[in-house]
Amino acid sequence: MSKVIKGPVFVVQDNIDTDQIIPAQYLNLIPTIAEEYEKLGSYALCGLPDSLYSERYVPEGQMDSPFPIVVAGRNFGCGSSREHAPIAMGSADCQLVLAESFARIFFRNCVATGELYPCESEERLCEILKTGDVISVDLDTCQVHVESTGKTYAIKGLGDVRSVVDAGGLFNYARQHDMISS
Amino acid sequence: MMTLTEKILARAAGKAQVKAGDNVWVKADTLMTHDVCGPGTIGVFKREFGEHARVWDKERIVIIPDHYIFTADSRSNRNVDILRDFVREQGLKYFYDVIDDPEGKWVFNPAQGLLKKQYGSQYAGVCHTALAQRGHTRPGEVLFGTDSHTCMAGAFNQFATGIGNTDAGFVMGTGKLLIKVPETMHFRLEGSLQPGVMAKDVILHIIGEIGFDGATYRAMQFDGEGARSLSVDDRMTVANMAIEAGGKNGIFEFDEKTEAYVRHRTETNGTRSEYEPVERDASENFFSEHVIDLDKLEPTVACHPDPGNRRLARELSDLGLDRAYIGSCTGGKTSDFIAFAEVIRGKSVVIDTFGVPATPEIVDELKSTMWDGTSVWQIMTDAGVQMTENAGCSACLGGPVDTFGRMNKPLKCISATNRNFPGRMGHKESQVFLASPATVAASALTGKVTDPRDL
Repeated sequence: MSKVIKGPVFVVQDNIDTDQIIPAQYLNLIPTIAEEYEKLGSYALCGLPDSLYSERYVPEGQMDSPFPIVVAGRNFGCGSSREHAPIAMGSADCQLVLAESFARIFFRNCVATGELYPCESEERLCEILKTGDVISVDLDTCQVHVESTGKTYAIKGLGDVRSVVDAGGLFNYARQHDMISS
Repeated sequence: MMTLTEKILARAAGKAQVKAGDNVWVKADTLMTHDVCGPGTIGVFKREFGEHARVWDKERIVIIPDHYIFTADSRSNRNVDILRDFVREQGLKYFYDVIDDPEGKWVFNPAQGLLKKQYGSQYAGVCHTALAQRGHTRPGEVLFGTDSHTCMAGAFNQFATGIGNTDAGFVMGTGKLLIKVPETMHFRLEGSLQPGVMAKDVILHIIGEIGFDGATYRAMQFDGEGARSLSVDDRMTVANMAIEAGGKNGIFEFDEKTEAYVRHRTETNGTRSEYEPVERDASENFFSEHVIDLDKLEPTVACHPDPGNRRLARELSDLGLDRAYIGSCTGGKTSDFIAFAEVIRGKSVVIDTFGVPATPEIVDELKSTMWDGTSVWQIMTDAGVQMTENAGCSACLGGPVDTFGRMNKPLKCISATNRNFPGRMGHKESQVFLASPATVAASALTGKVTDPRDL
């Protein structure tokens, strides 16, 4: 299945931890309740300090983000094991995080939930791109194309993780492959 | 030819041998969840296995409400009720409820204030500390928990790691999880801690050495004579923060201190007492080797905005503070408060200072430990520390806005907790400086970052 994700990017730097992705005060929301899942999306990345990030990922008063791709530096998603983090981003319509590296539990939670693709970039794209730049990411050829400059950059392949996210997460994948009963 | 972590995972996978990088299905010995991730885990379990599904083992799931308990936030109160309903429906053996009435509803009463206890006789406090105190940590076993600091149980020679709700829902239904065997980083501790230096300084030093992501995907194995010299509490402090370097787990060797602690706790609580520790092989494959000389360590601080931003306390004496905080799984044990009280005894704090014991048992210990006729608790409050009996996670992770000690303004706080990314303790422009209980105490007395050896 060919997969190209295209759209404007939201750029963040190193060490974006789970408190910045979804501040702890909103963890009273239960992701498996539909209404609360939606509400989590409205808070995605709202913990980023205003002094460093003047533009909000999800505009005030809205439930979804205009940025389907988040570009980040090192160690994206570090900190807590809260699955609310990839879920909040997925609920806000994020499809892909393109980071230099990921923290372990966040990466695994992206895959287990199937909320978004956690891709590693070969280069430090958070210093090359700026918020609003439009890119397309081809998960098959592992290439990023930047619309304004025409430049391309390589990303690392997702390997076995790809098909789990494609399936919509761990349980769907396991059912499709008869690993658990339907 | 295996590391401690590899040996436990091989056993749990039913294999003679595993090596770093292998993906293996392992059997869980215990699954722990709490009020923040429990309701979502239960939601995943029911969605995926069916409304009438039964958990894999009623005696191996431990549910410990501890995060957002003492708050008037109605959704947080509801989440404790969801746990209680599930425990009753499934007949789970280990649930440390906030209230005593199994048919009741939890409602926090803010009119009674934040300091006086509002929990019943079963409440256990912060999950990681409570797991150990209530006899649920056992050498050689596999513990999964829906909390990143689950790695604290590595102090007991077990494989313990944090997982998300979806993985936890899977474990809840099957008792198994597919995991990758991590590479092991070896930390050989030599010597012993000098006066004024604590276990927190050891782990802050190590994280500063390898960086905030220096152990990502890896196991951190702590051994050597220095590790053996540490108390069980100290080992918990160190293992707790493996995650702050990105580690999958931290693990200590088994010795007579581990044995005595686990025997006492399993006997007192009537929990499963048989276990089989893992011992070191003559040769192990390590990703990297590090030697830490405990004699040379000094009081250490992790500065805003990440746990790897290391400085020595004595280099920061010009840094003014607004607030001090002692508490959490890593920093709210009895030994932490004792170290704090030794520094502030007979003196007065000059900045707002908050104390949150990790568990009710610790509250009781601090009230019954007497120095010259005065309890440690009294020594703390006499010095001006605001001590709450409402043991729990409290402001370590911010929480609802009415949480005790939460930073609702952009303040600078020195804290004995474990994490200091932006917004961790509340306001997203606030700053947190991580330090040992002794350094937090010394700093509370001066209003600046202070090396406790200077007092």
